[in-house]
Amino acid sequence: MIVVKRKPFEEIKTMLKDYKKVLTLGCGTCVAVCLAGGEKEVGILNAELSMARKIDGNPIDLGATTLERQCDMEFLDELENVVDEYEALLSMACGAGIQFLAERYPNKPVLPAVDTTFIGANRDVGWYEEKCRSCGSCVLGWTGGICPVTMCAKGLYNGPCGGTDNGKCEIHQDQPCAWFMIYERLAAQGRLDLIMEFQPITAWQNQKPRTLVQPGYEKQKEAG
Amino acid sequence: MKSGSNLEKVLEAGHFAFTGELGPPRGTNAEEVREKAQHLKGNVDMVNITDNQTAVVRMSSWAACLILIQEGLEPNFQMVCRDRNRLAMQADILGAYTHGVRNMLCLSGDHCMFGDHPDAMGVFDIDSIQLVNMVKTMRDEGKFQSGGDIEDPPKIFIGAAANPFAEPYEWRVHRLAKKINAGVDFIQTQCIYNMDRFRKWVKQANDMGLTEKVYILAGVTPMKNVGMARYMQKKVPGIEVPEKVIDRLKGVGKKKVADEGIKIACEQIEEFKEMKGVHGVHMMAIEWEHMVPEIAERAKVLPRPKV
Repeated sequence: MIVVKRKPFEEIKTMLKDYKKVLTLGCGTCVAVCLAGGEKEVGILNAELSMARKIDGNPIDLGATTLERQCDMEFLDELENVVDEYEALLSMACGAGIQFLAERYPNKPVLPAVDTTFIGANRDVGWYEEKCRSCGSCVLGWTGGICPVTMCAKGLYNGPCGGTDNGKCEIHQDQPCAWFMIYERLAAQGRLDLIMEFQPITAWQNQKPRTLVQPGYEKQKEAG
Repeated sequence: MKSGSNLEKVLEAGHFAFTGELGPPRGTNAEEVREKAQHLKGNVDMVNITDNQTAVVRMSSWAACLILIQEGLEPNFQMVCRDRNRLAMQADILGAYTHGVRNMLCLSGDHCMFGDHPDAMGVFDIDSIQLVNMVKTMRDEGKFQSGGDIEDPPKIFIGAAANPFAEPYEWRVHRLAKKINAGVDFIQTQCIYNMDRFRKWVKQANDMGLTEKVYILAGVTPMKNVGMARYMQKKVPGIEVPEKVIDRLKGVGKKKVADEGIKIACEQIEEFKEMKGVHGVHMMAIEWEHMVPEIAERAKVLPRPKV
């Protein structure tokens, strides 16, 4: 899932300072699961903003809607009749959702209330770990299911480097060395031969905006 | 000859190599480089010029290499993968070679967060083993990474590092094998204090036939004082300082600690001279360049061979 973090309150407040009527938009998918941008978080943010603006003597009128997904035009269409009532839209979706919202309603200022942080997994409710950098050419098949692009601080393909320190990364004692873990797991599986071979220079796939058209979509279009 | 560098000639002729190290200044003072270089001149076969070591900005490695060449010393151009992408690396290799650089040391580089610009983006477009292979492809095939032809390819003697003291220990010799497969010519190891671990690593490398395919220069850094030994033991990742080394330094009078540190280094060097699979020593006298003449003298590695 895409994990996001709410922006500092003061930053959000500053972004909204010139607006008196704003629609805060939650998203019902990833950001709701990671407890940062769902219906509940929209309510909390609006309550905090209303109170702060009231104290400042500059009250704000805040609407609240949570869409099923902001990264899907179909759901954004639902706002068509209400958007004109507001001066600006405050989105709590990930960067993809925020941009789609801005594209769908190009005449409205669209503002981010969260920082999109990473593609990660749930370690526990409220505890998330980055797991994937969407490099576009997955290596997990020969790295024991541990991603060196994400988990190694240097993104090495031929690790571990000389900085491994008792199984930890040189950057911090709390950070496990990804390549140490890869080595241990492959050793336990008797598959160390996979990392004995020299891995040549990577052809990076993530250096320009990517578009993906699945074969099924092509077929559907051809069929009309 | 792959490169015709002095180091390559010394090693090819079967001599026991002795190389030094110099850190460029945090500014533009060329005199500082020249002054340090004078202590090394005639006492070492080649001098490593560090590349933004510990991720702290300094005069660029290739620029300090040129000063060394002007002073009549042979530099070893260190290059880390942290600060440059493949375009910048290949460009710097061409430029440095054009100005007379003949040796390179290919390194991953310490992470940015250790240095003075912890918020910088680490590049790591390629890793150190891939860098070794890139330099080899440039040299032997005359090709850029793109596949394009290089006019007058750079003839570089290719070095890399090895750390026998980082876990997993059993992996380290395989990493060495990977570097050999990628095309490395010589290895300079991390500073050695745990001789037992180092002996085991070299034996493994001998048993696998690796030391016949690559020159190994054993890394030595004399301890200046007990504080330095403790710091290396506790703070520097990948360096292992056994307690008995510290006990030995503590066991002499305070004024004699530095002398004892040199004595330990000389004993190590004597053993390396006899050790099968070790072809020389890399002396990293950190901010102690002025002591190198004395260390070289006491280690009985003088005069350096003329090849």
